[in-house]
Amino acid sequence: MTEALLEVTDLKKHYPVRAGVLRRQVGTVHAVDGVSFALGIGETLGLVGESGCGKSTVARSVLRLVEPTSGQIRLRGEDITHLSKTELRPHRRSMQIVFQDPFASLNPRMTAGDIVGEPIAVHGLASGKALEARVAKLFEQVGLRPDQMRNFPHQFSGGQRQRICIARALALEPRLIVCDEPVSALDVSIQAQVINLLIDLQRQHGFSYLFIAHDLAVVAHISHRVAVMYLGRIVEIADKDELFRNPRHPYTQALLASVPIANPHAKKIAPLVDGDVPSPVNPPSGCAFHTRCRFAMERCKTERPALVDAGVGHQVACLLNEGTGRSQ
Amino acid sequence: MADMSDLVLDVKNLRTVFFTNSGLFKAVDDVSFTVRRGETLAIVGESGCGKSVTALSLLRLVPDPPGRIVGGSVTLEGTDLLTLDDAEMRAIRGNRISMIFQEPMTSLNPVMRIGHQIVEAVRLHRNMSAKEAHDLAIEMLRLVRIPEPARRAREYPHQLSGGMRQRAMIAMALACRPALLIADEPTTALDVTIQAQILALILDLQKELGTGLVLITHDLGVVAQTAQRVIVMYAGKKVEEASVEALFAAPKHPYTRGLMASIPAVPASDVAPQARLNEIPGTVPSLVRLPAGCAFAPRCKLAIKRCQEEYPPLADWGGGHLAACWRAAEVAEVA
Repeated sequence: MTEALLEVTDLKKHYPVRAGVLRRQVGTVHAVDGVSFALGIGETLGLVGESGCGKSTVARSVLRLVEPTSGQIRLRGEDITHLSKTELRPHRRSMQIVFQDPFASLNPRMTAGDIVGEPIAVHGLASGKALEARVAKLFEQVGLRPDQMRNFPHQFSGGQRQRICIARALALEPRLIVCDEPVSALDVSIQAQVINLLIDLQRQHGFSYLFIAHDLAVVAHISHRVAVMYLGRIVEIADKDELFRNPRHPYTQALLASVPIANPHAKKIAPLVDGDVPSPVNPPSGCAFHTRCRFAMERCKTERPALVDAGVGHQVACLLNEGTGRSQ
Repeated sequence: MADMSDLVLDVKNLRTVFFTNSGLFKAVDDVSFTVRRGETLAIVGESGCGKSVTALSLLRLVPDPPGRIVGGSVTLEGTDLLTLDDAEMRAIRGNRISMIFQEPMTSLNPVMRIGHQIVEAVRLHRNMSAKEAHDLAIEMLRLVRIPEPARRAREYPHQLSGGMRQRAMIAMALACRPALLIADEPTTALDVTIQAQILALILDLQKELGTGLVLITHDLGVVAQTAQRVIVMYAGKKVEEASVEALFAAPKHPYTRGLMASIPAVPASDVAPQARLNEIPGTVPSLVRLPAGCAFAPRCKLAIKRCQEEYPPLADWGGGHLAACWRAAEVAEVA
């Protein structure tokens, strides 16, 4: 892997569950429970998992939009985990986020041009005519016309709104863009446009993406490496091709088998797992997946498997994969 | 064509419009299709293409005003539903024709126990004692593979997970053994492993009960894995209809072809890393200002002058493969 832009070590985010008149703590949501990964310069790391697995909390923690309970986040070698708001400010320029819902993440009373220009103005990088010229250039980069700068968000379609969000993220020339389900709210034909735009922009600017999505096909398409999360932990991480060709964790295998393939001759949907994802308030002991796993052994209920290297940078947290054995 | 007695639903030239301040929306414009016993018909399209309004029209649940069914017929087991009065329609809804929606939390009553909701639906249509209906409710919950059905029947919707709620919805919809089930994006709100469970369940039950199924979805993967026949809708019109094999083997409409090319595949091992997807340029048109000719023409690579001026008729390309495109013959060669 190339030089690391972002290093996350043993990140944890726990939320207290309070109940009763005295708001006493009755439990803890283990939203993120010991996540470590590194993201290289110009690399895209896909983070997949089902709802409640903690993928969005990881994204927000990386940007310090939520305060991690413990762990370390290093951006370009510098520890930003405990920086104060003012200390963090210069770093904010190098990390940006694109959210899922382009309807909720744009201020309806600001023009598109003001929305995209605001970060530039806030950081005092340009004003007046220079600002306008920069915003116009950003509009062109994301496939919008500069004359649309005067329009308000409601005058744009969903795909165009997501382009505005991308332009806003680009405005400060970041090194890292966190994309939290950026295409999930869009129609299929528009999804492809936005994914292509994200790929093109990365080629031009060389920034890194932390790309979060529940859609495996989208993640497979855009990522260089993919991490699979389950109940607050990474259970498998590998190069994209390696992960999809040779999934080693039973959960990854089940996820892949659950995706309906757009070919009537492909094998029919075979649900490989029963039941629902357990609650992150009281995650199962040992391996959190053992309650739904086809291969669960007695040991899985008590021993928590660590993420170990299974060769070619393929890491997997499953007792079946100790040594060279693999689950089939 | 198969035996006519097999025909559960026969929709002819259905037209549903909405009267709004910005003009007249033709949400469903001259759409026809049939569903046979035990058959799954998928209706695919993007948001605003009219697929959900088609479903609501079948049940006569289109809010009036602003919407109204202005033409066509919806024949369910020999009865044209559009000619029935409200009371007659109520006797059929939930009895011979049922529907499950995308978001089970908004379609279940939050302050009623699950079992009671099924009992209510059953007793509306069947002359049953409360005890018999309750037994049937628990039987239905067992049928949709809810563990401990007797206990779950006493729970409220918020106590169930998303997947369990959708199972409960299915139990309720099938409790009266309807001839036709309409499922509008039944798994869109669910996680992929749960989606696989629910789709497998719907298909198993359909086989067991012989229900006709209209499955509305935007996901071509779901279509390929579940349906026998497919309708593709665009801007309120049916632009293509075919058996699922024929549609995926050789789509005739450029829109269908574009949709198929724009979805990324899993696994992507045979694709170069970060290959560009084929995109359909532009956006879905507004239904108020539809072009005179083919609504897809402004986004279509193959569009010629005729496409802008004249709407293409649905032509049969063999074996019941219908497509409404002036250039359907050339689609395979060009794209």
